[in-house]
Amino acid sequence: MDFFLSLLVKGLILGAIYGLVALGFVIIYKATSVINFAVGELMMFAAFLAVAMTAIYGLPLAAGIGITLALMVLFGFVLERGVLRPMIGRPVVGMIMATLGLGIFLRGFVSITWGVQTRNIDLLLPTKPLQLGNISVGAVDLAGLGIALFLAAAFAYLFQRSRMGMALRAVADDQQAAMAMGIRVSTVFAVSWTLAGVTAVAGGLIWGAKIGVDQYLALLGLKVFPAAILGGLDSLAGALIGGLVIGVTENLAAGYLDPHVGGGLKDFVPFVLMLVVLMVRPYGLFGREIIERV
Amino acid sequence: MINRECGVFKTTYQADMALYTVPLARITVWAFLAFFVFVLPFVVDTQRLVWANLVGIHLIAALGLNILVGLCGQISVGHAAFMAVGGYTAAIMTSRADVPFWVGLVAGGVFASVYGLLVGLPSVRIKGFYLAFATLAAQFITEWTITHVKWIGGGFQASIIVPRPSLGPLTIDTEREKYYLILALVIVAVVVALNIARSRLGRAFVAIRDRDVAAELIGVDIARYKLLAFMISSFYAGVAGALWVYYLGNANIEAFRIVESISFLAMIIIGGLGSVLGTIYGTAFVVLLPFVLEEILQVFKGVIPVADIHSFVAYLRFAVYGGLIVFFLMVEPEGFNRLWRNVKDYFRVWPFPY
Repeated sequence: MDFFLSLLVKGLILGAIYGLVALGFVIIYKATSVINFAVGELMMFAAFLAVAMTAIYGLPLAAGIGITLALMVLFGFVLERGVLRPMIGRPVVGMIMATLGLGIFLRGFVSITWGVQTRNIDLLLPTKPLQLGNISVGAVDLAGLGIALFLAAAFAYLFQRSRMGMALRAVADDQQAAMAMGIRVSTVFAVSWTLAGVTAVAGGLIWGAKIGVDQYLALLGLKVFPAAILGGLDSLAGALIGGLVIGVTENLAAGYLDPHVGGGLKDFVPFVLMLVVLMVRPYGLFGREIIERV
Repeated sequence: MINRECGVFKTTYQADMALYTVPLARITVWAFLAFFVFVLPFVVDTQRLVWANLVGIHLIAALGLNILVGLCGQISVGHAAFMAVGGYTAAIMTSRADVPFWVGLVAGGVFASVYGLLVGLPSVRIKGFYLAFATLAAQFITEWTITHVKWIGGGFQASIIVPRPSLGPLTIDTEREKYYLILALVIVAVVVALNIARSRLGRAFVAIRDRDVAAELIGVDIARYKLLAFMISSFYAGVAGALWVYYLGNANIEAFRIVESISFLAMIIIGGLGSVLGTIYGTAFVVLLPFVLEEILQVFKGVIPVADIHSFVAYLRFAVYGGLIVFFLMVEPEGFNRLWRNVKDYFRVWPFPY
């Protein structure tokens, strides 16, 4: 039972991080209908920026994170204006390729600029794991869970209660109608990329503190797709729940079945789950079903 | 190809569909063929011949992807997985069952196309980026299966050693012999791809790409044709994968990772979606880019403050290549093929203004 609980808790924590990054992915898709295949690379880039600020230029942690946030927000903004806006109305494959190309570019760029060795982010958290009953949980994990839940709540508040959130929802619903009602769609696009930048920084910091900052950080981005698909591509709550389900499932599968199949199920089960969802219910648990007419 | 189409005004559908737009084009094509058969392998050194062979192998796979993505509009981010299926089929058959290499080659294609049919099944239900996700999942599932099922991949980080291919008494061993083998297959692949595009099959694919619902209304069986596109494209990939394995002399999963899938997409996009000629340009560009970059950097060896040029190129290659994909998509989404057509159009009635 302890084994099960421990797997469950660790899966939930993992899932919360997936959900957090998936939030950034879903926000962009919802508002701008861009599928961001570079979500993992953006996160890696943010983590590298944070490392560069704190470890290389020697800034204090808070200032480093602040500058990283500002830079990522700026980067997201430039990206939207420069790269993705010209893609509107082009075939889907072009947009997918643009974000894939961006991801490849970022991987090459960080290696050239900051080298390939694994670096550490020190978030000034206690290193000793905390004991919850019989389960021990790292402080970084708890911080990650906390930040993920906090950001999810903040986004939920923003989307449901604020003026900007209403504009975001309106644009997601129908761009033309939103424009006709006097909403500045370009601002909404910029805001959604900004929010995605924030999630990239949060995800990058937590995951980077957990496993170290290098190229492999970007691989987390791959788990975001199953999470987002499962939850429904245009549902914020869905992204979080999808992330949690994927995290728990892969952890349970790895814990119970890995010894029998020789390991590595963590990278297998989420994609099988994604395929099943795509076959059975492509719009996910909470997504909106699109009906097409000629 | 390179002929000026001065005074060509197509008035019939036959003329529009013709492979040779002007009579001279026939001669040009034969001239190119003669160049690749008789001149190229004798004037370049072995190193350059390796480049030509790499382009050839990748070209076969890219042509397949072009049929699926460029003609039929179904996005696949898992093309390297089909190559892997073909490659491993060939490797297992030749190394364990000792079948002749051409049987392995065909079997690689057939197995890959059956696998393509399976992976393509979701395309009946979903499309666009949903399909991209499904093929992405297929790519990872394939990678995982090969690395974790001992019978297929030989165990963790293992590779299967494949014996040198031989045709009867002739063992294909030197770079030049491999070149001729690859060239022969490339020619077949190009001719078939050109003809698929202008047949009933190709028109059905294009109809599905342009508007699938409308295609269904005019009587195109979209489920059938989508699956057919997946099968043809994976057959190409399977043959290319088998060829790749025979060329390298071993089968290793590192040759079929997701990065390869993405670079195949890059090839057809940089070249120009839906065009065979564009695919050739794009493949040559993407495959040769790292080599050319390295040669350029070697020239500036003392100038650039980099210790190890070889590993620097590995990262620079990613940055340049990712940057170029984005650049091309923004500036010339129709790729090299369009650039080339623009040049040709400019010179159409040259030196007269019109």
